[in-house]
Amino acid sequence: MKAPHFRYARPATVEEALALLAHHGEDAAVLAGGQSLLAALNMRLAAPALLIDINRLAPLAGIEERTDHIRIGALTRHAEVAASPLVARHAPLIARAMPHVAHVAVRNRGTFGGSLALADPAAELPACAVALGARLVLQSARGRRTVPAEAFFKDLYTTDRAADELLIEIEIPKRPGWRVGFGELSRRQGDFAVVGLAAAAEIAGGAVRELRLVYFGAEPYARLAGHAAAAARGRPLNGATTDAVVSALDRDLKPMGNLQGRPDTKLHWARALTRRVLAELAEAA
Amino acid sequence: MAEVKSDGPIGRPLPRRNAKRLVAGRGRYVDDIVLPRLVHVAFVRSPVAHGRIVAIDTTEAAAMPGVVRAVTGADLVDVCRSFQGNAANAPMLKSPPQRALAVERVLWQGEAVAAVVAQSRAEAEDAAERVAVDIEALPAVTDPVAALEDGADLVHPQLGSNLAHALSIENGAVDDVFARADHVVTHEFGFGRQTGVPLEPRGILADYDPSTGALTVHQSHQVPHQMQDVFARLLGLAEHNVQVICPDVGGAFGIKLHAYPDEIATAAIAKLLGRPVKYIADRLESFVADVHARDHRAVARVAVNRDGRLLALAVDDILVIGAYSAYPRTSIGEGGQVVALAGAPYRIESYRGRLRVAYQNKTPTSAYRAVGHPIAAAITEQMVDLAAAEIGMDPLELRRRNFIPDDAYPTKAPGGMKLDRLSLQACQERMARLMDYDGLRAEQKRLRERGIYRGIGVATFVEITAPGAGLYGPMGVNVSAQDGCTLKLEPSGVLRCLISVTDQGQGTATGIAQIVADAMGLEAEQVDVVMGDSRATPYGGGAWASRGIPIGGETAHAAALALRANVLHIAGALLQAAPDTLGLKGGQVCDASGAPRLSLAEIARIGTFRQDTLPPGIQPELAVTRHYIPRGEPYFMANGVQACHLEVDIETGFIKLLKHWVVEDCGRIINPLLVDEQIRGGVVQGLGAALFEHCQYDDQGQMVTATLLDYLVPMAAEMPEIVVEHVSTPSRGTALGAKGAGEAGAGGAAPAVWCAINDALRPLGARLSHQPFTPERVLDALRAARGRG
Amino acid sequence: MTEPTETLEIALTVNGEPVRRRVLVRQHLVDFLRLELGLTAAHLGCEHGICGACSVRLDGKVVRGCLTLAVQADGGTVETVEGLTQSGEIADLQDAFVRRNALQCGFCTPGMLMTAAELLAARAPADRAAIREFMSGNYCRCTGYQAIVEAIAETLAKRKGA
Repeated sequence: MKAPHFRYARPATVEEALALLAHHGEDAAVLAGGQSLLAALNMRLAAPALLIDINRLAPLAGIEERTDHIRIGALTRHAEVAASPLVARHAPLIARAMPHVAHVAVRNRGTFGGSLALADPAAELPACAVALGARLVLQSARGRRTVPAEAFFKDLYTTDRAADELLIEIEIPKRPGWRVGFGELSRRQGDFAVVGLAAAAEIAGGAVRELRLVYFGAEPYARLAGHAAAAARGRPLNGATTDAVVSALDRDLKPMGNLQGRPDTKLHWARALTRRVLAELAEAA
Repeated sequence: MAEVKSDGPIGRPLPRRNAKRLVAGRGRYVDDIVLPRLVHVAFVRSPVAHGRIVAIDTTEAAAMPGVVRAVTGADLVDVCRSFQGNAANAPMLKSPPQRALAVERVLWQGEAVAAVVAQSRAEAEDAAERVAVDIEALPAVTDPVAALEDGADLVHPQLGSNLAHALSIENGAVDDVFARADHVVTHEFGFGRQTGVPLEPRGILADYDPSTGALTVHQSHQVPHQMQDVFARLLGLAEHNVQVICPDVGGAFGIKLHAYPDEIATAAIAKLLGRPVKYIADRLESFVADVHARDHRAVARVAVNRDGRLLALAVDDILVIGAYSAYPRTSIGEGGQVVALAGAPYRIESYRGRLRVAYQNKTPTSAYRAVGHPIAAAITEQMVDLAAAEIGMDPLELRRRNFIPDDAYPTKAPGGMKLDRLSLQACQERMARLMDYDGLRAEQKRLRERGIYRGIGVATFVEITAPGAGLYGPMGVNVSAQDGCTLKLEPSGVLRCLISVTDQGQGTATGIAQIVADAMGLEAEQVDVVMGDSRATPYGGGAWASRGIPIGGETAHAAALALRANVLHIAGALLQAAPDTLGLKGGQVCDASGAPRLSLAEIARIGTFRQDTLPPGIQPELAVTRHYIPRGEPYFMANGVQACHLEVDIETGFIKLLKHWVVEDCGRIINPLLVDEQIRGGVVQGLGAALFEHCQYDDQGQMVTATLLDYLVPMAAEMPEIVVEHVSTPSRGTALGAKGAGEAGAGGAAPAVWCAINDALRPLGARLSHQPFTPERVLDALRAARGRG
Repeated sequence: MTEPTETLEIALTVNGEPVRRRVLVRQHLVDFLRLELGLTAAHLGCEHGICGACSVRLDGKVVRGCLTLAVQADGGTVETVEGLTQSGEIADLQDAFVRRNALQCGFCTPGMLMTAAELLAARAPADRAAIREFMSGNYCRCTGYQAIVEAIAETLAKRKGA
């Protein structure tokens, strides 16, 4: 399983990278961690004409604390995200998800931005980004723009990123007081999720002010389960509320069946995870 | 009765000499070997499961960069004979002739139809993509039950049926007994098709020298002599001009036992080109081209009396094979083992075993570690558990009442197989204590009251190891069941042992060194064991059916005794003592009082360089060759019991393996470190089968689990601790008393999980009948039980 | 380097030795090590990043060699089991593997050792469950993992005590 021919460019600056993307856009693939791209190339499932290696673009890496958000550079390796005290403190949902992301060797190379740009439906990080209300910063030769995560993921492996755009960084708003919950069912440690749930909630005065539920592994892309979350609004996080949320779930989820389970089984798992994650949210003080 | 008593190396848990080399990264596998002018092969494989080859155009491919040659089946017809995986003693099996590269028809998705030879594998793959293959798709036979019905589409129209083979065993008045029994329980069984997934893929480096007509092959394989025979016959070469070397092999498990069309094609291409040609299967190819195994649909019935006597067992098994019967060992053996071994541990007067073997347009199947044993034992043990549940008896108690008693041998299994000296009762008793069966049952009861569902499964199995000539001989298959060992005393007093069994990591080389050193009064480190070269060692059987120590060990022992006699003959002459008063210990010839008199090194030096100092009439023979074939028994029967403790999350269906135990009786253990680790490895393969592994096909015959992402092999995080203990009943009629151990782990692990998962779900009225036990299947069984009310 | 190219001259350090070669950009790091440098300890078991047989160390971190292009190691430092053996960095781990028969066919072993070496280097406590989780990306078909876990646990304990 040897990769087909391609050409390779290794820009030294973001501007050079953007120029290459502007010129080659549709025929090019961005090489960041390469953990998905190079597997696809080895299996000859993809045949881009050009690989643009962005691993030397230092400005794209690094985690910083800013006033009202933390910034994760798109090129930041999963391993760095997993070990980051800033992430642990200000985006604990991501810290919870990281041990589920593949394995050590993959986390040493794979990047935060790469996972978001690929938008694998069974991946953890797109769901976390949506649950946390993250903002994705994209840049091209045409300029820079910021897209809320909710609008970034559009369809199966399809994002709002144009072919000539590079994902630069991700802003995770600080939300002190919000609770997070995470659950994932997978056949083996590190496998893609069979069904997963990334959740964030603002509880005030004993009642749910906002609940953000994002399922992965069964849906074509990461999006908020609006009806299910609405069933909790204004209510305490108790058993009856959980039942209401679970009942509303089939209005949001149209699970895709795959080798791991039929759509009805995936919905069943989503319900089970919902109960567990809501119980976790209820207990977190 | 085992004759060898030992305070020498036999029985010690010695680490392997090979291991030091391998941890240093100095393994030498086929892909590590490079020869001058080496070229690489990539195969073009059929995208459809069944079709007529209309045309193959290699023009564009042949002109691509780096390409040396593009080859189709037509190019090889005069270079390589066709082959058929049939058996002289199974006349019903008429698998049609098969070619190294398919001509006229393709019969499974992944069958090789063309080959591109290039300077690099990447260039060969580039060109392979440009081979234009025009195949007219035909209906694919993919449902095994439908395949056996009248009017089904046929894999081989000229055979008129998809029934490849059938056999029936009947002992006792089975129908009468079922009619009169207090209780009859029926259960369906489905076993998902699996494959072995050795981490090193299959590989071959074939080099043909036209100036001498010599073919030299390096192959990741278990049996160099089998392949020497295959290549000689199929390529029309004189046997003494063919050499097969099996270097370090990165796992085999029976998958590397077979003669694969793509490997044969590589050797044929080498003959065509007159230069070294290398083919390494990549992982995607491996899934569709390695032999598959263990695809069964069965129905079983058991009759039991209210007092717990098992009265009758009936098993109706469909073995689902692939498009061809595999070459040269056939695809049907697995089925024969199922119906022969079902019920084996028990005194069951009436037995019926019915086997049908169904062709499919799928990858050919054949032997994979433990062959039919896991199926036979899963069916048997599940039925015994169901019988116990039916009459409200503890499953271990039911077994106690029905086991063949440990003192009742020789006897026969319900299916007719001869059984000698097993330890079924002793093993189960030991297991019950080892796992604290009563404690686990009490805990299970307490946890059930809290809605936590744990399962305890205890599965006994009987195992055929190291068969003799009675297996492949009557089949007319050129597989040697005997082995040979040449043992040489080097001038400095160390040993070189050239032996025809092989080692793919089991540690057979170390065990052989221990056996030889033991007889010669040396340490195992003083023996160099040479294996895996058809030119260098005597002819023999290589590795399969756990024969390395039972047969290879006896061979080496016989050679060591012969060399010892020769050495003591010389020593006697030098010491003026009768040879039968002398012994070998600590590298010394010792007299009757045990005192060292003369070093082995000194005898070797004299025998090699200073024959002038020997008395007249002494002709030193410091190298001997001996062969061994088991003559008294057709096989070495072993037995064991395995236990699985698991927990089922009944809300999600996910199963967590908590712990696993094995009590194994493989007779005399030469090296407990190696045996126990072999067992653990086999157990994990069985656990993989029970919970994860499945070669799945869609109804077009496309394999949908053909990557390591989709075919789930067991990884470290999901596997439990495995406790291993032994009972020892040495085999009779051999010097060492060792039985085979390499497949025991794989034989009993899945059966233990069958029992455990159904034990866990029994209070909920749910039953699982299809392996692997995926979370979805668990949920479906629970839902079905609720539906039944 | 913005001009798209099919080959590239790379300079890197492999097991402490400087290496300079012109490579095809599509060649992955393991093929480079095996075919160009004769360092055959890194093995290919799947070439799609699942089995871990290809694990090598790049710039101090264990990576999947099959999912790294050779050109991505340009200017970097690569270490393989051959290098670790020569330096003695994991001699205690290798010894434990041999004594406990934590390898049989040996094909997964270099990858296991490279991955375990990272766990040892982290000097963080790890119980058997944590060891299993850390090693969960390395496939072994022969051992059933237990001896591997025990060998790593023993080495961790000895290093901690030392």
